[in-house]
Amino acid sequence: MSRAFLPKVVTANLLIEGTSVWLTEADVWSPRMCDAEFIEDEAHAEIRLLFAKSQPQTVVGPYLADARLGVNGPEPVHFREAFRGRGPSNYAHGAQVEA
Amino acid sequence: MYQYNDFDEAFVRERVAQFRAQVARRIDGSLTEDEFRPLRLMNGLYLQLHAYMLRVAVPYGTLNPSQMRQLAYIADRWDKGYGHFTTRQNIQFNWPQLADVPDMLEALADVGMHAIQTSGNTIRNVTADHFAGAAADEIEDPRPVAELLRQWSTDHPEFQFLPRKFKIAITGSPNDRAVTRAHDIGLRMVRNADGEPGFEVIVGGGLGRTPMIGKVIKEFLPKADLLPYVEAVVSVWNLLGRRDNKYKARIKITVHEHGIDEIRDLVDARFEQIKATFAGVVRQLLAEIEHFFQPPQFSTKPVTGFDSERLANPAFRSWTDTNLAQHRNPDYAIVSVSIKKHGATPGDATSDQMRALADIAETYGHGELRISHEQNVILPHVHKSDLPAVYQALRAADLATANIGLISDIIACPGMDYCALATARSIPIAQEIATRFEDLKLEHDIGPLKIKISGCINACGHHHVGHIGILGLDRAGVENYQITLGGDHTQDAVIGEKTGPGFSYEDITDAIERIVMTYLSLRSDPAEEFLAAYKRLGAEPFKAALYSEAKAHAAE
Repeated sequence: MSRAFLPKVVTANLLIEGTSVWLTEADVWSPRMCDAEFIEDEAHAEIRLLFAKSQPQTVVGPYLADARLGVNGPEPVHFREAFRGRGPSNYAHGAQVEA
Repeated sequence: MYQYNDFDEAFVRERVAQFRAQVARRIDGSLTEDEFRPLRLMNGLYLQLHAYMLRVAVPYGTLNPSQMRQLAYIADRWDKGYGHFTTRQNIQFNWPQLADVPDMLEALADVGMHAIQTSGNTIRNVTADHFAGAAADEIEDPRPVAELLRQWSTDHPEFQFLPRKFKIAITGSPNDRAVTRAHDIGLRMVRNADGEPGFEVIVGGGLGRTPMIGKVIKEFLPKADLLPYVEAVVSVWNLLGRRDNKYKARIKITVHEHGIDEIRDLVDARFEQIKATFAGVVRQLLAEIEHFFQPPQFSTKPVTGFDSERLANPAFRSWTDTNLAQHRNPDYAIVSVSIKKHGATPGDATSDQMRALADIAETYGHGELRISHEQNVILPHVHKSDLPAVYQALRAADLATANIGLISDIIACPGMDYCALATARSIPIAQEIATRFEDLKLEHDIGPLKIKISGCINACGHHHVGHIGILGLDRAGVENYQITLGGDHTQDAVIGEKTGPGFSYEDITDAIERIVMTYLSLRSDPAEEFLAAYKRLGAEPFKAALYSEAKAHAAE
């Protein structure tokens, strides 16, 4: 039996700025993970990833990241995604001040 | 120091123009990311977790004040006002935007710098002893040879698509400060029976997932044979290297699989084949390059004020005790400027600090600066009578931390705060350890102790050769820190031994404290340094200190 599908979000980095972004239901990229489309269906996740890959002039390296649903929207499961969504821990730079 | 000639200048400018066009074609959609990625990497541009990162080469760690000021300018103009000095004597800018990078490269070219071959499967920035040209124990300044290697390796047509990256380190001193035994090729200057300087050639060293201490392939290589011999080594590996498996592609694996004797025979055969094509070239080019590395006109003024200031100012005395090294001119000192203030990010300097360092180097340091692989900045030539003024200027720039070689002088890679490859964070661990021992007021009592932290198995933080090494891993979705003990990065290089199970992010600093407290309680006397005590005692008392508490909990 295949493993149960874990909910996902589509994430990437912006081509020009390089910053982390998440794909929303409205087909736009948000600097906040909580705005992302929360994807619970595997086939739909693949379709959304294909959509992301069709925007090479907007984003680089889109991929599916595990997510769980929090109070304000999708939240990271793995700490790497948490850091991507927050920014570095040594300075108040990146998403934590700019998103 | 070396000044670009017309060829260098034209080459670097052309690369900038090429990259400008490549960026434009990526942005307008003419190039896909798959097509663009190798091009940007060839120019030192990575895409990291939060942003792009531009890695700029500081060739053999040498900078002049104009270059340092330009790095400060770049940090202010296109980044967030700081730069990160790395263990490969590079500087990294963590927040550039893609469209700005060609302008950043142009600004670098204006001061004879570039980011070429700071990434990719090429010969990377040649690193050198950061005390080169100044150290009392030096046979000769190795930097002319390092510059020769830079010229030879830059855009070398045979070596642009190697099996994997290739790193060369060079030292002119028997006391190895350049970690030559952990590089693909290490060059350590020695004298032959006739007293002539040449190189002991070491190959197949490296850290990463398969750490290995390099093996001596040639006990004495005359300087005149250097380029054909190094080319022969790279050329033999280029054919033999495992392109089928990136984890087995580095020359350390090739040497391990084939044995040093077979590699030596192949290199000797290749050397015989190609050496005629280099006839006289090394000697001629080296003579031209050496002209740029003449020692400064050392001042003959009397040494005044140094001893009296030491007596009068305990903070100055403490700083001179830790941050000075012996210069070959007894009236001079080598100043190591700590970029490791307690609680700050190891290796990060603000643009204001860069400008201050440039000013100090210009006023008191014969216009020379070095970046060390230990992520500090060196003023290689300071007259002792100028040391009180240098200290005051450093204090004003918040750069006077007296901790060189001590427990808070920690190497840390960027880790998962920046790096896309990282499996855990490094920087906050370094910050917490430094702060802990500062609070305990113990670090001067502890004495020389090198902690090196990597945030992944690739070991940019040299953890294998730290007296205490820390490796950050991802264990089932949680940061976990594995400790190694007894590593040594010097001419007596040793890979540290794993202590056992790793520690959580929350527990790692306590674990380090237990190791250090064990050392303090067991050292034979205060003069016995951590590494010597570890060699005498072995791992057991440290393991007992690390794990007895865990065992006690398990028994409850």
